[in-house]
Amino acid sequence: MSKSSLKQTLKDLDTKKISIRELNQDYLKRIKENENLNVFIHFSEENVLKQIDNLEKDNSAKKLKGIPIAIKDLFCTKSMPTTAASKILENFNPTYESFVTQKLLDEGSIFVGKTNLDEFAMGSATNTSFFGNTINPLSKENEPLAPGGSSGGSAAAVAADLCLGATGTDTGGSIRQPASFCGVVGIKPTYGLCSRWGIAAFASSLDQAGIFSHNVEDASILLQSIAGFDQRDSTSAKVDIPNYFENLDDDLNGKTVGIPKEYSIDGTPMEISQIWEDAIKVLEKKGVKIKNISLPHTKYALPTYYIIAPAEASSNLARYDGVKYGFRSDEIDSLDEMYENTRAQGFGREVKRRILIGTYVLSAGYYDAYYLKAQKVRKLIADDFNKAFKECDFIVTPTAPSAAFPLNEKQNDPIKMYLNDVFTVPASLAGLPGISIPFGKDKNNLPLGIQILGKHFDEQQVFNAAVSLERSYE
Amino acid sequence: MKIDKNTINKIARLSRIKLDDKESEDYIKDLNSILDWVEQLNEVNTENVEPLSNISSSILPKREDVSNDTNSSEEILENAPDKLEGFFAVPKVVE
Repeated sequence: MSKSSLKQTLKDLDTKKISIRELNQDYLKRIKENENLNVFIHFSEENVLKQIDNLEKDNSAKKLKGIPIAIKDLFCTKSMPTTAASKILENFNPTYESFVTQKLLDEGSIFVGKTNLDEFAMGSATNTSFFGNTINPLSKENEPLAPGGSSGGSAAAVAADLCLGATGTDTGGSIRQPASFCGVVGIKPTYGLCSRWGIAAFASSLDQAGIFSHNVEDASILLQSIAGFDQRDSTSAKVDIPNYFENLDDDLNGKTVGIPKEYSIDGTPMEISQIWEDAIKVLEKKGVKIKNISLPHTKYALPTYYIIAPAEASSNLARYDGVKYGFRSDEIDSLDEMYENTRAQGFGREVKRRILIGTYVLSAGYYDAYYLKAQKVRKLIADDFNKAFKECDFIVTPTAPSAAFPLNEKQNDPIKMYLNDVFTVPASLAGLPGISIPFGKDKNNLPLGIQILGKHFDEQQVFNAAVSLERSYE
Repeated sequence: MKIDKNTINKIARLSRIKLDDKESEDYIKDLNSILDWVEQLNEVNTENVEPLSNISSSILPKREDVSNDTNSSEEILENAPDKLEGFFAVPKVVE
């Protein structure tokens, strides 16, 4: 199956080689043929056709006019329900539009549907969703694979060519890991680049919106569209957004890449070490200087993350109490009963686990030992990167410690599941931009991913290195 | 063991999540294994290290101090499971 790129499709629409209606009907057909993958929590053909009708009446020029985009069901949308893959928001119809989706609508894109995710973005396999697993489109018959998570539905939507791009969110790897598992491009920009207004919050000091696409050029076009300052998100950054696509430059001659020795972890499959070496060799041939760097606190990133993220989640998810929106239990003899039953019945197992652990580490007597300690280690992790970036322009690592694994494989042991994020979490704690691009295959012909990290707000360098590696791999 | 039956009940109560006995047992096991695992942070010397709460390197701008009234109470109530005369409705809390 040859997949058209966003860039090419924009040209074809411009030269009238294809109409907006023809283009989207093509995608609608594929979405209906692939219903078994359970990519979407919400899909309505009628809704898509209505959007096509409206765009056909609109004569203004728009950058993404008619482009089919899938939206992670964590972004509030006025035209479609928003569930965060949770029973507790099963019937939630936002009365407002998130910043990111509003930007995409303003540019004329068509929302094909809301994609599945781990409940409240907590997971690494899209298997904690109230609406069932998403199946990785690269699965062989009778051997269903996980698409990664939490943005597994969005990654799968791009991989199965059900859209030309998709939104995701990344707290500890939720864009980069599923991109790697599904063989697509996924970028998490710098913390603060995209406003989080209208995105259901998980861990506010880490959450960031980003993009999935078929290739790096498309990601550069889409990221520019969703980035920007917004006063309704107090952490949104007031920085100039460059035209990443126009500025793409695959000439890396004279640049320096950092290779962190701490990312060579015991037990990492040979194939993963191999593609990492291959990527380094490609860069060396392009005139990039290879610099061995050290990020000494890397091994503490995961335990730090699994204190900070649940702590913030326990606070953010306090708002789901059965009063203002969403599900309310029928067993409501008193106000406290209503809260406790609503939350017991409305949240799934992993979400409850994280709320409980978060509540514990924030509770009186334990705050200093856990939460404050984790914030201090987080400072050391961020300082490691600051020092490293004095010696290099970007950093290259593998994205994930494995290729896509069978559905449900890692469900029982939470710590084993958390290890999926081992290469992605450190950059999240440091707020850095990171991209995953497909690079090489494992012995079962499943895609593997390479991660490129850059300095704060240096998405351009990340894109340049990514496009350079991508072009040499194709 | 850091988390026992009493502790899990206390946390569940603080979190406003009702747990049955089976769930309590499962979470005691899960939480203890997670807390044992994060214990490794004690190896790190964090003396004189400032805790990091905001990673953003950009300067957060101030907005102008002007009020605006969006008068959106109807919209806000639209998703309420129960409402009464322009308010959220909850079970009776006073006798």
